[in-house]
Amino acid sequence: MPDPILEVRDLSVTFETARGPVRAVRNVNWHLSRGEVLAILGESGSGKSVSANAVMDLIDIPPGRIDSGQILFEGRDLLKMTPKERRKINGPRIAMIFQDPLSHLNPVWTVGWQIEEAMVIHGTPRAEAKAKTVDLLGKVGLPNPAEAAAKYPHQFSGGQRQRVMIAMALALKPDVLIADEPTTALDVTVQAQILALLEELQRETGMGLLIITHDLGVVAEIADRCIVMNKGEVVETGTPAQIHGAPQHPYTQKLIAAAPGKGQMSDSTDGRTPLLQMRGATKAYGEVRVLHGIDLDIHAGECVAVVGESGSGKSTVAKLITRLESATGGTAMWNGEDLFTMPQRRLLEVRREVQMVFQDPTQSLNPRMSVRDIISEAWVIHPDVLPKPRWRDRVAELLEQVGLEPDHARRYPHQFSGGQRQRIAIARALALEPRLIICDEAVSALDVQVQAQVIRLLARLGREMNIAYLFIAHDLPVVRDFADSVVVMKSGRVVEEGPVRQIFDNPRQDYTRNLMAASLDPDPDVQAARRRQRQEMMA
Amino acid sequence: MGHFIARRTVASAISLAFLVIAVFFLSRLTGDPTDLYLPLDASQEVRDNFRELNGLNEPILLQFAGYLGDMARLDFGTSLRSAEPALAVVLQAFQWTLVLALVTMVFVTVAAVILGSLAAFNVGGPLDRVATFFSLIGASAPDFWIAIVAIVIFSVGFGWLPTSGTGSIWHWILPVSVLFIRPFGLILQVVRGSMINALGSAYVKTARAKGVAPRPIIFTHALRNAMLPVVTVMGDQAAGMLNGAVVVETIFGFPGVGKLMIDSILQRDFAVILAAIMVTAVAIFVMNLLIDLAYALLDPRIRY
Repeated sequence: MPDPILEVRDLSVTFETARGPVRAVRNVNWHLSRGEVLAILGESGSGKSVSANAVMDLIDIPPGRIDSGQILFEGRDLLKMTPKERRKINGPRIAMIFQDPLSHLNPVWTVGWQIEEAMVIHGTPRAEAKAKTVDLLGKVGLPNPAEAAAKYPHQFSGGQRQRVMIAMALALKPDVLIADEPTTALDVTVQAQILALLEELQRETGMGLLIITHDLGVVAEIADRCIVMNKGEVVETGTPAQIHGAPQHPYTQKLIAAAPGKGQMSDSTDGRTPLLQMRGATKAYGEVRVLHGIDLDIHAGECVAVVGESGSGKSTVAKLITRLESATGGTAMWNGEDLFTMPQRRLLEVRREVQMVFQDPTQSLNPRMSVRDIISEAWVIHPDVLPKPRWRDRVAELLEQVGLEPDHARRYPHQFSGGQRQRIAIARALALEPRLIICDEAVSALDVQVQAQVIRLLARLGREMNIAYLFIAHDLPVVRDFADSVVVMKSGRVVEEGPVRQIFDNPRQDYTRNLMAASLDPDPDVQAARRRQRQEMMA
Repeated sequence: MGHFIARRTVASAISLAFLVIAVFFLSRLTGDPTDLYLPLDASQEVRDNFRELNGLNEPILLQFAGYLGDMARLDFGTSLRSAEPALAVVLQAFQWTLVLALVTMVFVTVAAVILGSLAAFNVGGPLDRVATFFSLIGASAPDFWIAIVAIVIFSVGFGWLPTSGTGSIWHWILPVSVLFIRPFGLILQVVRGSMINALGSAYVKTARAKGVAPRPIIFTHALRNAMLPVVTVMGDQAAGMLNGAVVVETIFGFPGVGKLMIDSILQRDFAVILAAIMVTAVAIFVMNLLIDLAYALLDPRIRY
């Protein structure tokens, strides 16, 4: 291995917060060589992005403070340089791309202008930068690069925007590229394309690539070496095969064990009574048709997963069932009544039996209501469910049922972690004793270990209370562990449906097979096999 | 875009039509128009003559039809005071108000945007503290008091500036300065708040990772994004000034539309009041249209 080009030595960073100083990273060491892919793996709050932000001079001081350490780039300590000297390194020598390219691109300037700027501020003449921008956009695989340069960020899809970010980062051929969760917001097939693009560009330019991720699958797919961080400390370093095959640290062992996609798959659930029968459901916004006739059966106590990429219409299905949007056509029979045409008064009664849990519990729980108020609000709307004197006890019961403490009822949502908030959202849904809970990406925003806990909770509640789930997700391993049957959607149509075993072990449609092949597995060996399969399919 | 402007013009024309109707019936609702036009001590004979002359003895609907006809021809009647067409009187005054508002808003905008942006870049720094302190005082200071104090100090005390009129550039300094204070304080606060948001955004992080220097980060990357709420408040303030900066114009004897309206009300010059209402209404419509166009200019995601 050649000398490292970038080396972080003994770095400790503290942030002053309202609740006192928080040590974000403690004595972190890592190094990156040219031509190498290093992954930093960690859950939210592990401090995995902090050292990269320190490299880029993105830590605001105050509230941040660098307590100790060096960041050596080609042997020179970045932390001893002036801001002006560091600005000369940011861009031409070390570049960075981020999660969520929509918010990281400036909405009011064309993408062409933004890429040009990266070159112009470091001395490239404007005309040359303009020409190079078009080249770059072509190189990262955007169709019609000349036209693309004149467009604004909101006119691209998520994957295209990340390509724009990559073009911008690579404009000056940096020696190091830092990618902070570069594919987290993207669909699985787009994720696979972006990772392949990064790999290809890295091979071509010989730069060092640092990938910061929470996803073991990304590590298995792309990394040469991996460091695992927990609570601001590096707990383990090794190759992906070492980390996955023989994790040394207890934290890493737990993390690997929690990765979804390895559990027992459910067997078919034939012969149960149908709860909801949707037939030929369509939805159009003006001229734009988003659903073209969806058939869907949900049986009592069954978990039906709807998988598909963004824009496939999977969330629209949920909105039609809850009548948050009205269907353009079709029927949805619920106990012999059509949900789509039911009068408002009756709908209110049915809504009691159909509850929702949303993706982001931070946004879906009112921050100014206590947990008790959030849960008992359901009974204000449906007063016949429970007499008021019993509310207090029932809230305590529900909180215990979802694995929280009864005295949490007095607290407010911001006092809980993401996983706990999702438990509160589930308790709220349970308050009305529903027969169907619609989970719209309900576990996507959670860390792997928390995700596994919430899934176990949902499964247990489903069994105990005979609740059916409509589980909308893009994460296939989670679906594999949790669902009884699977509906695969694409562009407003059902591509394939069947019991979970059939969909995962023996998919019939090419689209489903593509989806399976694009999904990342934490096991580097499995991942290598999938990569071969993917290349065969492309060839 | 052209379609949008046309649609907005039609919508505004409808609003104006309602205003025209409301003005007629409100003036009748408040009682006998002779009371409105004539002095309190006018004799019965004068009143009867006035009624006959102005067709006030005709049925109300006939009067209304005549009124609508006048409006359609932009004939608001003749000013009692100057015996000139009311519209000409109002337009004359409106020119002065327009220049006053324009000059003041240019100063306000430049000063508030630059100071607010720099304050937001270093929140809690010395500039931020000073700017916030003065903008809060400015936003809450009563302008009639400032105007009088300014006259006492600069005109009466030092004798540097004239107290009223519009003869020279010196005449403009006091009205513009007094008019400047409140919108400056308000807009500076809006710019500062909006810029703090913009500077904390993800795209600014990207710009820093590209190696962009602080000044272009503030004025090229963040400011354009931060301008939407600022433009809204600016439009609101400018509309207030177009309506006539009544207090300031009156105190400084500035011949603008605000002072004209007050004088006309006191002198029962109803034709001029009517013309002034219509002219300011049209001005505010144009103003709002310009604000909407500014939105689209600033943010490519907004298209009409």
